[in-house]
Amino acid sequence: MPVYPRILPVGEAAFTVEFGDAVDEALNRQVHALDVALRACPVPGLVETVPTYRSLLVMYDPRVRAADAMRTALTDALNVLATTELPAGRLVEIPVRYGGEAGPDLADVATHCGMTEAAVIELHAQPVYTVAMLGFAPGFAYLLGLPEALATPRLATPRLRVPPGSVGIAGAQTGVYALATPGGWRIVGRTDLVLFDPGRAEPFTLHAGDRVRFVPL
Amino acid sequence: MSNSAVLDVLDPGLLTTVQDAGRRGWARYGVPPSGPLDEAAFAAANELVGNPPDAAALEITFTGPTLRVGRECLIAVCGADFALWVGALPVPTWHALYVRAGQIVTFGARRNGARAYLAVSGGIALPPFLGSQATYLPGGFGGLDGRALRAGDRLPLGPAAMRNPAQAAGRVWPVERRPPYTPQPTVRVVLGPQDDYFTPEGLATFLNSAYQLTPEADRMGVRLQGSPIAHRGPTGIVSDGVVAGSVQVPPDGQPIVMLADHQTTGGYPKIATVVRADLPLLAQCLPGDWVSFAAVTVAEAQRACEPWRGVGITPSPG
Repeated sequence: MPVYPRILPVGEAAFTVEFGDAVDEALNRQVHALDVALRACPVPGLVETVPTYRSLLVMYDPRVRAADAMRTALTDALNVLATTELPAGRLVEIPVRYGGEAGPDLADVATHCGMTEAAVIELHAQPVYTVAMLGFAPGFAYLLGLPEALATPRLATPRLRVPPGSVGIAGAQTGVYALATPGGWRIVGRTDLVLFDPGRAEPFTLHAGDRVRFVPL
Repeated sequence: MSNSAVLDVLDPGLLTTVQDAGRRGWARYGVPPSGPLDEAAFAAANELVGNPPDAAALEITFTGPTLRVGRECLIAVCGADFALWVGALPVPTWHALYVRAGQIVTFGARRNGARAYLAVSGGIALPPFLGSQATYLPGGFGGLDGRALRAGDRLPLGPAAMRNPAQAAGRVWPVERRPPYTPQPTVRVVLGPQDDYFTPEGLATFLNSAYQLTPEADRMGVRLQGSPIAHRGPTGIVSDGVVAGSVQVPPDGQPIVMLADHQTTGGYPKIATVVRADLPLLAQCLPGDWVSFAAVTVAEAQRACEPWRGVGITPSPG
């Protein structure tokens, strides 16, 4: 069994700091804590970080800091981390039209979960989710906190185009599409909130570590 | 901008896109770096025409374009070897070439390699998207409207610093500074981050076999085919970060090397990462070519990247 956290090389210009190997809120919190710490107090040579469910990818410039020195800097950051509290992420409320044309798979999810559509909506809009990571496509937000009763397998055949703002369920996960992309998640609703606008100072509405609540319209 | 400071696309070729050194700083939002697949050839072309190493240029795939150059300038074509003409004159690749206003640059037969880079003195000057002109086709952004070039497109050129391009022409990119392209490259890798997901036999298979490029090879990545690499246990991981060069091994044991347009996260275990200095060798391979992998240490990998690393490494604000 590996001992966590562990710092693993990703080629000559990145490390991944692994906190574990599970989809787990406590673990994901550690990822965001390290990310916040590194961004608040940038280590010389740090280029960019990519938070994911259970690890933080840290890209660096080896001209500024060689591998050993960067590994030491990350170890130091982890040691400090053990003694600090992670500030709560921003809370973003996302208004959602559930069902109908906006949520074409709501009925299937209700059938699969053995509840009414209204019960699915109520349950889905209840938790405060955490943006575990953004990935798969620009701005796609993977959220932690889906009630187990709503877990539904992906579509057998992915759609060629899922409209931006779509809210979906895949297995035990829920997520939001920022851009139109192909996708196999069960779409239960859609928001008109613009999740990506390159013209804004902050082009992406959702950031890793944010908290999210869905508000049914 | 004067109307003459443009590159007119008369024929786009098979897949020609605008690329600069890439879109850094946005991976945390799921945005890949994009940029040239062969960074060495891209940087050489820019340097030959007197541009900064990250200036926007054209990435040309398999079949070259025909272009009219609106103003007197220098151009250079590096990377894959093509027959090439300026006007009626046959000209070589890896050279700084003088082009008079209104002359036509024509690509002919491809002799080897997959991708060439055409840089123009002054660079291409399209509005940046998230801080970069790099085209990202799956996202539909960057470059010219997020798409490959079409006949009739007009690309604005930036101001050229060069006072006398005719005098600066003729410079050759030294052969010893070109990547050692071959249809059977051995590319260096740093093992990990998930090399512990494979059996010792699986790791030996990966390092001692040659893998053939399949036709599933594009700017996102190349799928290889050969001796299957044995996983130790689970064939999937909890998704984590991916970089250009990540070698993912899906359940079928056939490796996939991720390139500049890679998804930023992935759920297959990554046995190794190709050293950045060797990605150009992979970028120039064609379906049917054979790739082998050789493990090096991080320190060796960093030394291998010294001659040209730093290109495009500066993050965008945000």
